[in-house]
Formats: sequence, structure tokens, C-alpha cells
Amino acid sequence: MSETTVAADPRYATAREQPPAGLVGPWAWLRANLFSSWWSTAITLALGYVILRVAFSLIDWGLVHAIWSVPYSDTGFADTSACQNAKGVGACWAVIPDKYRLILFGRYPYEEQWRPAICVLLFIGLYVVSAMRRFWRKELVLIWIGTLALIGLLMWGGVLGMAYVPQDSWGGLPITLILATFGLAFAFPLAVLVALGRRSTSMPAVKLLCVLYVELIRGVPLISLLFMASVMFPLFMPAGVNVDKLLRAQIAFILFAGAYLAEVVRGGLQALPKGQAEAADALGLAYWQKTGLIILPQALRLVIPPLVNTFIGFFKDTSLVLIIGLFDLLTMGKVALSDPPWQSFTTEVYIFLAVIYTMFCYAMSRYSRGLERDLNRARQR
Amino acid sequence: MSQIAEPVQDVTPLEHRIDHAGPPVIEFDKVNKWYGAMHVLRDITLSIAEKERVVVCGPSGSGKSTMIRCINRLETHQEGRIIVDGTELTGDLRSLDTIRREVGMVFQSFNLFPHLTILENLTLAPIWVRKMPKADAEDLAMNYLRRVKIPEQAKKYPGQLSGGQQQRVAIARALCMKPKIMLFDEPTSALDPEMIKEVLDVMIELAQSGMTMVCVTHEMGFARKVADRVVFMDRGEVVESGTPERMFGDPQTDRLKLFLSQILRGH
Repeated sequence: MSETTVAADPRYATAREQPPAGLVGPWAWLRANLFSSWWSTAITLALGYVILRVAFSLIDWGLVHAIWSVPYSDTGFADTSACQNAKGVGACWAVIPDKYRLILFGRYPYEEQWRPAICVLLFIGLYVVSAMRRFWRKELVLIWIGTLALIGLLMWGGVLGMAYVPQDSWGGLPITLILATFGLAFAFPLAVLVALGRRSTSMPAVKLLCVLYVELIRGVPLISLLFMASVMFPLFMPAGVNVDKLLRAQIAFILFAGAYLAEVVRGGLQALPKGQAEAADALGLAYWQKTGLIILPQALRLVIPPLVNTFIGFFKDTSLVLIIGLFDLLTMGKVALSDPPWQSFTTEVYIFLAVIYTMFCYAMSRYSRGLERDLNRARQR
Repeated sequence: MSQIAEPVQDVTPLEHRIDHAGPPVIEFDKVNKWYGAMHVLRDITLSIAEKERVVVCGPSGSGKSTMIRCINRLETHQEGRIIVDGTELTGDLRSLDTIRREVGMVFQSFNLFPHLTILENLTLAPIWVRKMPKADAEDLAMNYLRRVKIPEQAKKYPGQLSGGQQQRVAIARALCMKPKIMLFDEPTSALDPEMIKEVLDVMIELAQSGMTMVCVTHEMGFARKVADRVVFMDRGEVVESGTPERMFGDPQTDRLKLFLSQILRGH
């Protein structure tokens, strides 16, 4: 065997260490991406103009000419005439301080509203704790059970000197968070089981059941499921048994989200090479050890993007409970707007709602991006 | 002349003594298997003694991989009996668990768990299947990593290792379960030529330690050095078997002659 080594020319190597001037830096970036040709420059300028115009008129409307407060009459009625005059010119943010408690907490007794407020904080705390990988231990389940129980206690009351508040009076953000949190917390494990069942080769009956579940639930709109839960379900119950409306909607949600998430999880299971399961089998791991230690950790991190996509979708779908008479955040926005003096300020209220929804959804999407990066770091070479 | 040197240069057979009088540790008795209508294993009858080292060869699609995958029931057979270490392979889960604990397997594509570190790959089965305390499992794992000469990689992830290193980790992972039998399903076929030697060296060392081994491989140098018996399979049946000297020096059947000529031409 002959060994041929080509000695690199040292001058060549040093000369090529630096990229040619003008290949890096902000100016190079601008030139490459925005002004690479006459055509591209024209589009950049045209779009830049449109974006600036929109931004300026938004600032003009939302900040410069905005009205932040309105005078109140002795009887407590808001005098919104200043706002009415400024309509189309400036935003009337005065509606938010007037209505935010109604929007956020619904018809919950006014002086007791610190309870749903604490519940919202508890929910957010729960999300933050669950998001930290440091806390991904068995104790997390206990933290969840404890927090959710505490939230139920605070919302219902009736003990420790807190007045009892029936579920009919709950509303606003807590309803949205309850539906989304309980919904996804139960739907996700259900989805994993259904996805595993659907791939089962040794239990055809279970497989059939899982296929039926997914296909049937996926085949109907969420609205019709909610209607079924609120209108039809009580008809099948024996007289005197009254399952709470929120719980019925909650179950409909869990079933619906479960079917969708199951398909996402199944996608991950399918993407995993068969050799992983075989290696686990060959080592003698039992089915649940193999599934819990080898299959799911890999399958789930493969499907983080579609999983979070579905989560975000369902967080917003909770607003559909409007049609069965539950007062979630969006519904309370509509209720707030039915107050005569504020009736015409829909844009302001919906922007307020949009900001709240966006904060939750953006947090989810940011978190999933970080998680994906963390979990996949190990896989990179 | 081949560009890459033969990975096993010294093919002097290892000194070895097998107790053929003892009960066989793996026994195939008229085993048949079909994939749908395709007959992939035909009347396989084979018995392997304790500490015996068997190399299975044959053209692709001959059923050799399927055959060794039947030993730990990654594939199920439809007819006949397979008895491993005194336990017959049936649908019974408990007997399957017993057998899988005693049989280690190394795959062509390594199949390390990419989300776990090398050390975690090795300690997983001892901890969860053998219920070994974590510290003991880690000592054991480090021992085997030293044996396959990569203790310094313990904290890395499989994706950070070369193919040859990954396959050595896979061997160590199987050994951590202290199996009585090791199965190798084309362990060097997915490797770059320069990495084949390091894996074969580990396997030769394992053979010297007296492990019962069944290897599907095309490495004829390895077969000459290590195998007590070479089994040649073609189209789902065992065509011929015997010592490596006899099989390679004096093949009896046309099919083996054809196969050997093809392999030699390939090198």
C-alpha cells in the first residue's frame, strides 16, 4: 500500500482563514437579504413603507390619541362621551380598568374575587414548576394533585370562612385555565395509552377500540361534542343525578383532545426505528419498562412541535364553551361589551383578550422551542 | 489485492475444548417459519453445545438472521421446537423473560439508545431487569467499558461515538446482563472497513473467555480463528456445516462452493 500525503500550502491556509471582506456583519446581511437586486430593493422599500404606515397609525390610535380614563357620574355610571367623540381617532382604553375584573373573573362575587385571582396565579405557578426539568420527578404528580385540589377549594369555598360560590357563578380566565389545564392533563395520558393501544399487535380488541375512539371523536366537530355533553348527556342520566355543566364540558374536551393528541403521539411512535424496541426486548425489559424508558422518551421528543401545536390549539378552543353557556374569558369579554356605555368599544376589549391569549400561547411556543433544543442537544454529533 | 487489509490477520484457531457430552444449550428441532406465504426457515435442526462458537454464513435472504433472531424470540417460529438453556420458547411470557436474560444480542445497526448516555445504556437492563443497585450496576458497566477499551466515553451519548465504538458499547451493554449466550447479527456489516477490526478484536477476546457465541457474519478470517463450527444456510435451510477448515477447504455442496467463490471474489 502506498501512502500519498498532499502537504497543504501554508500560505494558502492562512489566506483562506478570513472570509472575504463584506461577507459578514450587518451590512452584508442587509445586502444579501434585502437589497440583493433592483427587484428585491423595490419590494423591500414598498413593504417597508406599508409596515411603517401601519405601525405609525397604530401608535397614533393606541397611544397618542388614546383616552385612558373617563369621568364617572355620582351614581357610578361612566360618561363615555369623550370616547365616543374620539372614535376612529383614538382608542378608549378606559373600558379596560372599568371592566377588567368582570372579564377576568366573571360573575364571581366581587369582594371574593381574590380567590380566582390566587387560582390564576396558582395555575401559572404550576405551569412554571412543571416546565422546569429539575422538577420532572414523581413528586410533580403530587404537586399537581395538591395544587388542583387547592384551586378547587378556593373556587368553591364553603370552608375556612370562605363563602360557598356555586360553579354557575365562575367565569373568565379561571374557567379557561381550568378547561385547558384539566383537559390537557387528562387528555395527554389518555392519548399516550390510545396511541400505544392502536399499535398493539397482541391485543386486537384493544386496538379496535382505540381505532374506533379516535375515528369517531375525530369525525365530529368539537361544538357538536360540547352540545352532546350539555344537552344530550343529562337525558341519559337517571333522574336526580345532575353532573355539573363544567365537568361535562371538561369531559367532552378531554375526549376530543385525547383523540387528536393520540394521533400525534402515534406519529412519534411510528417514526422510531424498530431496532430500539428490539434492543429493549433483547435486554429483557418488560413491556412497560421498554415503553416508559426507551420508546416514549424518544417518541415524544420527536413530536414536540406538533404536540405543542395541538396544545395551543386546544387552549384557544376552550372559548367554544360559549355556546353551551359557560363563561370563559372570551365570553366574559362579550358580556362586558353588552354594558350600554361601552357597547361600541369592541376593538379595545378584543385587543385586551388577544393579549392575554397571546401571552399564554407564546409562552407555550417559546418553551417548546427551548425544550426541543435542550432535549436534542444530546443527539447531535 | 484488496485495498483494506483483512481485519483478522492471524487466523490460527484458538485453542478450545467443548463438552459435547453435556446437554446442548441451544437446540432447534425441525423449526419452520413463514412470512405470510414465504417459507423462510425450512426444517432447521441444529444443536449448539455450551461454550461452542458457531458462525452462520450464507447469501443474503438465506434466513440466517431470522434463524438467530428466533433464539431470543425477536421472531416467532410456527412449527418445531426451539429450546434455549433448558427452556422451550413458547408464547409464555415468563419463560421468554428467563431466556432473554440469559441471551445477549448485538445488532447490525448497534441499536444503542440515543437519548441515554453510554453509561446509562449499559446500566439500564441491570438496574431494571436484574434489580441491581445503581452503584453496583455502574461499577459493572465501567468494568465492561474497560474491557471493550472505551471507559473514557462513559458520559457521552451514542451519537458522539464512531460506528466501531458504538458497536463495542453495544457488546458491552449485552455483556452487562451476564448472559450465557451471545448472539451477533452481522455485527460488522454496517461499519466502515477501518473499524471492523476493533469490533472483531473484542469478539475474539470474548470467544477466548469461553462464551457461547452464535455469529452471523461474512468475516471469514474471524470464522477461521474463532469458530468451532461454520453453518452454511441458503434459502431457509441449513445446507452444510462443519469445522472452518473443512468448510472452506473442502466444501461438499455446489451451493457452498458458489457462495465461497462469490465471497472471495468480493474481497
